[in-house]
Order: sequence, then structure tokens, then C-alpha cells
Amino acid sequence: MRPVNPALSLKLPVARARVLLSLLLLGFAMLIGRALHLQVLQDDFLQRKGESRYARLLELPAHRGMITDRHGEPLAISTPVESVWASPADVEATPAQRRQLARLLDMSDADLKKRLSDPGREFVYLKRHLRPDVAARLVQLGIPGISLKREYRRYYPAGEMAAHLLGFTDVDDRGQEGIELAYEDWLAGKPGSRRVIKDRLGRVVEDAESVHAPIEGRDVALSIDRKLQYLAYRELKAAAAEHRAKAGAIVVLDAKSGEVLALANVPAYNPNNRSRRDAARARNRAITDLFEPGSTLKPFTIAAALEARLIRPESTVQTAPGYLLVGNARIDDVHPAGVLTVSQVIQRSSNVGVAKLALALPREQLWSVLSAAGFGVPPRSGFPGEVGGRLRDYQSWRPIEHATLSYGHGISVSLLQLARAYTVFAGDGALQPITLLKRAAPGAGTRVISPGTARAVRAMLETVVGPGGTAVRAQVLGYRVAGKTGTAHKLQGSAYAPDKYVSSFVGMAPASDPRLLVAVMIDEPDNGDYYGGVVAAPVFSAVMAEALRMLSVPPDAPATLVEPGDEMHPGGALPEVREEV
Amino acid sequence: MIRINLVLLCLLVICALALVTSQHRARKLFTELEKEQDIAKQIDVEWGQLQLEQSTWAMHSRVEQIARGTLHMRVPPSERVRLVPAPKRSAP
Repeated sequence: MRPVNPALSLKLPVARARVLLSLLLLGFAMLIGRALHLQVLQDDFLQRKGESRYARLLELPAHRGMITDRHGEPLAISTPVESVWASPADVEATPAQRRQLARLLDMSDADLKKRLSDPGREFVYLKRHLRPDVAARLVQLGIPGISLKREYRRYYPAGEMAAHLLGFTDVDDRGQEGIELAYEDWLAGKPGSRRVIKDRLGRVVEDAESVHAPIEGRDVALSIDRKLQYLAYRELKAAAAEHRAKAGAIVVLDAKSGEVLALANVPAYNPNNRSRRDAARARNRAITDLFEPGSTLKPFTIAAALEARLIRPESTVQTAPGYLLVGNARIDDVHPAGVLTVSQVIQRSSNVGVAKLALALPREQLWSVLSAAGFGVPPRSGFPGEVGGRLRDYQSWRPIEHATLSYGHGISVSLLQLARAYTVFAGDGALQPITLLKRAAPGAGTRVISPGTARAVRAMLETVVGPGGTAVRAQVLGYRVAGKTGTAHKLQGSAYAPDKYVSSFVGMAPASDPRLLVAVMIDEPDNGDYYGGVVAAPVFSAVMAEALRMLSVPPDAPATLVEPGDEMHPGGALPEVREEV
Repeated sequence: MIRINLVLLCLLVICALALVTSQHRARKLFTELEKEQDIAKQIDVEWGQLQLEQSTWAMHSRVEQIARGTLHMRVPPSERVRLVPAPKRSAP
């Protein structure tokens, strides 16, 4: 027999084996439980943690659409710039590096230090909209934790001349004013994103999921003609400076289609300079400000009277003795005259004449022509903040209001609205819909007066610019011009200010078949002259002459001019309509 | 039986290596594609900047200034302008 290992013959207690076994089983159970915990319960969390080691979500910025003029010339372009941001916890910079960085960012070292001292934040903008060359030098510093983010900044090559119309965007490239705001949805793109896998060197090696492509912003083509816009702004600015006016505005319309070819305001601002901008300069006065039009409204009264068959173009009106009493208020003419034809009433801008015609006309008829011509309702140009002016309901008119309305007091309009209303005379009595966007086909106008009336009034408006008219300075060499001056006292509170005027002129050319319509408004000229025929008409003439040449419109008149100097100075001014209480 | 298994093992190893290589090549190509796309984007950006530059140089105020100031150009007076009737275009 072989010797037996004594250890084998030892009899151990069974309980000991059981304890060991159960401990082993318990150990396995714990392992399984932990595995379950990680694999099933914490799965999502851990997966995400793991992914974040190599996967990155990249934002794909979308480009904001361009705003162009009618010929495709850019008026607003977005171009990429770099914004510098830091993740303070990750920044490892030596003091020397930090000083260099501060210099590049054009900020003080202390300021930079403060911004980088908050390790709780993961994202701090250090500077936005950096020039690409500065950004490139910054990258060369190679400081960890400092990164660039591509953003877009808006540039306006046309600068101040189209500033009011285009508006501007904020630092995040969202439209804040003007066209930028009105067509925000169309212009703005939608940023996309893609999840990618990056290798150790930070190179993208694979798309981890399907890419959400960014939706690029779309372009907007305006009806504006950049050349005309420049011309209009230049002339307006010169006139405003010459007459030391507080403000001014000009609108150039295509008389046929109602498209706005130019729209400028002074004072202006440079939209490329974000820091210096004040609200008064940023207002688009031609669309958002109201004024009392004065005599420029007279043609509509005459048109209403012609439509009602109350008068004919050759009818006469007695305007002697140069004033008219309505109730206890008095309406005056600057140059009292005797018997005038209807045409002469317009030519000399007689308040008495036009008031007499208006009073003979039922209120409702005067109101309906003015209302149909677009007064009192917004012109629906699509421009944010446009106003409709005030045209009171005819049922509440007192006789004096009925009379003053006929020459443009007690009614308020915007310049764009006034210009649009004149399309009634430029065409065949139809009011054209207005648009700031390039239009493929002319829109359908709405008839306001008959073609015959429109032609008759246009002929009267031509005499305004002719010898003995109030706007000899509105003449354009080689073209027949039709238009009307306006000079109105400004309302201050509820009374008319004696020495503050709004001078205006609205006209069209060539009068035989109008192509262009220009409306000029100069607010508070302060250099002695204030008559529309002296202040606003020359702006009209200069803009119209060059615009017709640019558009190569064939002349329709011999190349001679009437000498200015003895024009009538009438005025719609005259709110000598003071009511004696 | 063992022989088949050995052959299959070899095949498996070859396939595995091929997979690794092709994955690597795919990633390399992808990086290259990325690079090219970056260049395309860069060129796009440059185009925008050039457009901006062009329209800044072509500003009417600047053109006018040069035309009037440097080149002494002016609009001809009306007596020196002759109008020529537009030739009638033959119907297309």
C-alpha cells in the first residue's frame, strides 16, 4: 500500500466548504450585478462619455443671403470673420503669451486675466468679429484653450446712401431694421450640424451620423437702382446742407410699375459702423414719418372736382379778394388774384380757389378720391414701421377742415405715400401698388379717376413748371415736366409754427408719357428760403435730369428753359388759417 | 477537419487585416476630402470678399470723384448732344 497523505484523511467540517462556496457565489453575483448596472442602467451615460472622447458635434454656419439692387449689384453682403473664445479651465498661457494675446485682441492684460479667471465657465467670448489676418496671428500663438469660431458680419458697400432702406443686423447677424428685418426669414439661413469622429491630431476622420446640411439664406433683389440711389442721395444731401435743413427725404418711383427705384434720407449714418448710431439718424423718414403735405395735395382736390363734373379744366373761379372766410377762420392767398381758370389755380397754387372748389364738392366725394389715392392707409410697401397717415372720416369734418384739407392741411402723409398717390396722374388714373422688391411684371393698379381726368390734371401740373408757375426751377432740359410744389407750416403741438416749414415737390417726367416720379421733402429749411419751388424743386430737377439720361429716355421737348427768378411764391403755406376763439 | 479550420483561421486573419487597412485608407481619403472641402469653402469666402471689394471700389461716389477730379470728365452740354433714332430691329 502506498502511504496515504495524512491531509487527505482529515475530515473537515462541511460548514466551512459551504461558507466558501457561498462567498464565491456572492462574488459572482456582485460582478454580474455590477455588469448589469453598467451595461443596462448606466449604458446611455457611459456611451455618451465614451463618445465624447472622440466624437465632436460641429456646427455648420449658414450664410446670410445677399441684398442686391435691381441689376444684381450687392448692397449688403455677409462675409466671415473670426470670433475668439476661450474655455477658461483649459487655458494654459504663460504671462508673456497672455500679454501678446491681449495686444492682438486690443484689450488690457488685466481685463483679459479677469475674463480667463472664472474656471466655472466653459465658454467665454474674448472678442467678436476679428479681422481674418489678426485671427491668423492669434492661431500662431498656439495657446491651448483658446479657439476661433467662424461668424458672419454684414457689410454694406453702399454705406450711408442706402442705410435707411437696408437697415442693419445685430452682432449675431439678425435683422434689426429696414429690409434686413422685413425679409429676415428669407435672408437668414438655418445653421446645420454634423457629428464627426476626430483623431488624436484633431483631424476629422469620419462622419458619425448623417449630416444636417445648413440651409443657406436666400438673396433679395430690391427694386432699387444703385446708380439712381446714389444720385438721389447726393442731391438731397447737398440741398439739405445748402438750406441747413433738419432733415430731408427723396423717393424715386417707376411711374409705370410702382417700383421704388431710389429712396434716401438725410441725416444718414454709416451702417458699417455699429458703435455710432442714434435713433434720430436711423429713421427712414420717407416711410415712417408723417408731415402735412400742403399744396402738393391740391391736384387731388381738383381731380375730385373734375370727376364730380363740378368743373371742367377751362372753368373759372373767383379768388378775389385773396382771402376766404370759412366760419370765423380765414384762408389767404400769398398773391391775391382775380378770376382764375382751374388750371391757373394749380399753376399759382391758390388756396382760395381750391378751397372754394372743395366747399362746393360734397365731402364724401372729396374723401373718396383722397382715400382711393391711398391717403390714410399704409402703402403696403412691406417696410417695417410704415405709417398710413391720417385722413379723418368725412362725417366728422367741420367746414373749415373741409376747406383746409383741399390744400393739404389737417391731413398727414408719408413721402412714399404721397409719391405713390401721384402715380394716379402719371398713368391713366390708376393707383399703382408699391414695392421695394424687383418685380417681374407690373402689378395691377386700382382705378381712382378716369383717364381723361388724369390727363387733364397732368396738363395743369405742367403749367406749374412753365412760365408763371411756382416751380420754374423744376424744369429739366429737353423734357416736359409736370409737378406740384408744397410749402407747409409745421405743426407744433396743436398750432402751426410761424417759422418752421416743410418744403416739398412731387413731379414726373416726361410729361407726355411719364416714366419717373420723384418726390422731394425738405424739413425745416433754415437759410432764408422755404418755398417748395425754391428749396425742393431744384433737387427734383437735378435728380430727374440725370436719371432720365441714365435710363436713356428720349426727350419730348425742345432744349430751352424758362429763366427762373420771377416764379410765383404762393404757398400752400399759409395756414393763416388761424381760428379766432 | 483541423485543416479546414486552419484555412478558415488564415482567411479570418487576412480579412481582419484587410478591414483594418481599408478602414485606415477610408479615413485618410476622408481627411483629404475634408481638406478639399475646406479649400472650397475658403475660396467661397474669398469670392465674397472680392465681391465686397469690387463693389467698394466701384462705388459711384468714388467713380464720380475720379471722373471729375482726376480725368476732368463732364456731362456734355445739351447743344453738343445729338439724338440718333434707334435702328429698327428686325423681328426675331
